[in-house]
Amino acid sequence: MRMPAGWEAVIGLETHVQLKTASKIFSSAPTDFGAAPNTQANAVDLALPGTLPVLNRAAVECAIKFGLAVNGGDDRHIAARSVFARKNYFYPDLPKGYQISQYELPVVTGGQVEIEAGGARKTVTLTRAHLEEDAGKSLHEGLDRPGVSGIDLNRAGTPLLEIVTDPVMVSAAEAVAYARALHGLVTWIGICDGNMQEGSFRCDANVSVRRDGDPRLGTRAEIKNVNSFRFLEKAIEFEIRRQIEVLEDGGAVVQETRLYDAERDQTRSMRSKEDAMDYRYFPDPDLLPVAIPRQWVETVRHSMGELPAAIASRLSAEFGLSASDARQITQTRALADYFFALTAALGGGHRLAATWLLGEFSAALNRAALEWQEAPIGPTRLAALLLRIQDGTVSGKAAKEVFDALWDAEGDVDAIIAARGLRQVSDTAAIERLVDAAIAAHPKAVEEYRAGKDKALNALFGQVMKASNKTANPGQVTELLKKKLAG
Amino acid sequence: MDTTLHALSARLRARQATAVSLATEHLERIGAAAPLNAFLHVDADLTLAQAREADRRLAAGDPSPLLGLPVAHKDIFVTRGWRSTAGSRMLEHYTSPFDAAVVERLAAAGMVCLGKLNCDEFAMGSSNENSAFGAVRNPRDPARIPGGSSGGSAAAVAAGLVPAATGTDTGGSLRQPASMCGITAIKPTYGRVSRYGMIAFASSLDQGGPMAHTAEDCALLLDVLCGFDARDSTSIEDIPADKAHIWRGFQAENAANASPGKEFAGLTLGVPREFLADGVAPEVRAAVERAIAAMVARGARRVDISLPRTALSIPAYYVIAPAEASSNLSRFDGVRYGHRAADFRDLNDMIERTRAEGFGREVKRRILTGAYVLSHGYYDAYYLQAQRVRRLIAEDFQAAFRQCDLIVGPVAPTTAWKAGEKSADPVAMYLEDIFTLGVSLAGLPGLSVPCAVDAGALPVGLQVIGNYFDEARMLAVAHRYQRLAEAGS
Repeated sequence: MRMPAGWEAVIGLETHVQLKTASKIFSSAPTDFGAAPNTQANAVDLALPGTLPVLNRAAVECAIKFGLAVNGGDDRHIAARSVFARKNYFYPDLPKGYQISQYELPVVTGGQVEIEAGGARKTVTLTRAHLEEDAGKSLHEGLDRPGVSGIDLNRAGTPLLEIVTDPVMVSAAEAVAYARALHGLVTWIGICDGNMQEGSFRCDANVSVRRDGDPRLGTRAEIKNVNSFRFLEKAIEFEIRRQIEVLEDGGAVVQETRLYDAERDQTRSMRSKEDAMDYRYFPDPDLLPVAIPRQWVETVRHSMGELPAAIASRLSAEFGLSASDARQITQTRALADYFFALTAALGGGHRLAATWLLGEFSAALNRAALEWQEAPIGPTRLAALLLRIQDGTVSGKAAKEVFDALWDAEGDVDAIIAARGLRQVSDTAAIERLVDAAIAAHPKAVEEYRAGKDKALNALFGQVMKASNKTANPGQVTELLKKKLAG
Repeated sequence: MDTTLHALSARLRARQATAVSLATEHLERIGAAAPLNAFLHVDADLTLAQAREADRRLAAGDPSPLLGLPVAHKDIFVTRGWRSTAGSRMLEHYTSPFDAAVVERLAAAGMVCLGKLNCDEFAMGSSNENSAFGAVRNPRDPARIPGGSSGGSAAAVAAGLVPAATGTDTGGSLRQPASMCGITAIKPTYGRVSRYGMIAFASSLDQGGPMAHTAEDCALLLDVLCGFDARDSTSIEDIPADKAHIWRGFQAENAANASPGKEFAGLTLGVPREFLADGVAPEVRAAVERAIAAMVARGARRVDISLPRTALSIPAYYVIAPAEASSNLSRFDGVRYGHRAADFRDLNDMIERTRAEGFGREVKRRILTGAYVLSHGYYDAYYLQAQRVRRLIAEDFQAAFRQCDLIVGPVAPTTAWKAGEKSADPVAMYLEDIFTLGVSLAGLPGLSVPCAVDAGALPVGLQVIGNYFDEARMLAVAHRYQRLAEAGS
């Protein structure tokens, strides 16, 4: 979307990341998804009288990992002492009548995530990341009695890390780039399974608009209920347009919470600030402040392995990858793992590998809506193809055809090359015949080239390649064409 | 007849009684004492099953000192067998799927549970007139209140319906009813007795403890009740080795101070002048002074000290406790268990009506107060300020303990008042807590031991306050005082 002239948007994201712990944050009940309703809720999750919360240290460890990952491994943004607070409100699927969250002293304060959107790099700064428990789920449909709502408390008490950015993004594209980068990071460090359909990674966007150059922030609306990157982009775009329209019509944006309706591609008001609740936060007296000694942070750091940002720097420094390629390669663990398996099989070729993975391969995955871990071509088979490019057996162009055939599982690389006759021809006499034929058949292009129009050479080059079924060595074709036309 | 645990245990060991005969005997007394309204739930089958099991263990030679002895629990502790109501309409028919830690521990020690005891609704009250199931009467004078909120426990022990009971203390709820009914009770250091399974009133203050006739019996009970519990995050794991064992510490203290006439030698008792100021009933003041003098006559040294923020403990407590209560009691919404309104328009209406119907007046008053002091714009002025005062009060106590070993004074400014006398004036009722609230706010241990009766034969309690984890010494001092008082009477 192009921003309407004279306006700019300001966007901040709040992301609820469900942590991959075996048990809940304050109870020993399991956290598995998809179990029959209320089979994974124990007395604590049900808030039976007399029950008390006991903190799951694995959840704190997840927050520590995140704090290290968004600060380049630096621990200065991880609180030495963190406090859980109660957020009080009534809702049928909130068993205690309050949510245990963090208010004044979250585990992580600050941090940043590097993104790339529209070809430009940007640092998205984080306000904080705090631990909290999830609520249960209200079921208003599919129950055997009409007019009856059900409550499923399986999800109640599931650990969440809420990650809040500063309001620093200016477009839906940036917001999505951030969300993708964050998703890659939290799955990379293993604190979240990243499954958006199951609600493991949920984004709320705070969106406001203002006139270009206005230093004041506009009134914001919070968009909830966005469960895919595509919807996040559409929801923000819709909301920006909506707010600009409201303001241009002389109206005022109302501070409110809006839900994104994917079917209608629009956001609609859920509740306004007038019914905004006073959550009456106060430190939870059932839980002692969590001490996070540096020794604990060190232990966690050692368990983490190399962070993606460090790997990216290494890829640039050691193998000459561009900063952008290096960052993209390390955006998800699955891609980085693929990259390293591929270069290991190739015995090098890091730049060629990066070009292929970020170009042809990414595009193919996108078309098929697949993730790296689901790629139909494994690194060993892709390495076999890249080897054939490196040793001159196929041209880059022909290699793309081989790639498509590999994708469709037509056999191994050499068999496909042979079957399709894609072996690169470097026989000068054979190429010369094709070049002569092309020159003879296209006198107009020849004339134009000789008149100084260099582009005309491309047309002739294309003709030769086509005639050779993409097998002619492109370097030789260009060289011969130039020589003949000059003569 | 001697109805202490100590004496009953001797009868069991001498085969003059069995756990079943003791249980039966006490159940009969409970039945006969129905007008006191001390017990809420009694189930003879459950009790006798436990008694039979205890008799089997006795026959097998199990030496556990509490084995086979009857006990009853304040209805704020959840139990699998008996209903758990917290004295509230909200939980009138509620049965817990698990036992409170306190219940588990006494059951494991072989005690036989006689049932559940009446209390102020959610432990909120100083007179036990706030129970949804009727007021409890003081066995010393049925026209008077037994104190609260553990009024059912105190009345039951005082009336001989059960030799010992559990109670809870948030701002004095163990000590004050013990004082009003003439029995002994101790509120331990916050964090020594697990709160798991104790229906929460104010989490940072709530603490369970024993009530019995004597300090010795309390020491036996507390020895079993104390201990780390991973299910309660505020339970204290690292207790100084020399303070870790209550019963052993209690015996050692007494053995070291056994020489007649010198029972309190080397002991410095601090007497806060604020505890004997105007407003304390003259008879109460005189009784406490006599008790102190008796100990001084046998070797104790008296120092007058000051706890300058004693009066501030009332507003601080009545901000912090309601704040926590307003949140703790949010879970009673009619969704999962407990009372649910019969008619409602929608979910919010269901929650509102359920709570309007299920909670009593005092509980609502405290929920409203608590929600108010936590609300946006008032939090700093009330809640934060109260927390600051709370820290200062704790510091005052530490300063005092640099001058003395134990602090002594009255438990309450008056003896038991007439039922209904203060019901219309909540502030007058809150003022009765003035000498117990500071101890709760500071998380210190405090006990109440009978020291006299007034002209109307109403008991006066002496409060003994110790530093953290000093329960064994406090109980030992109270025990020697009790021996002295027995000999003198």
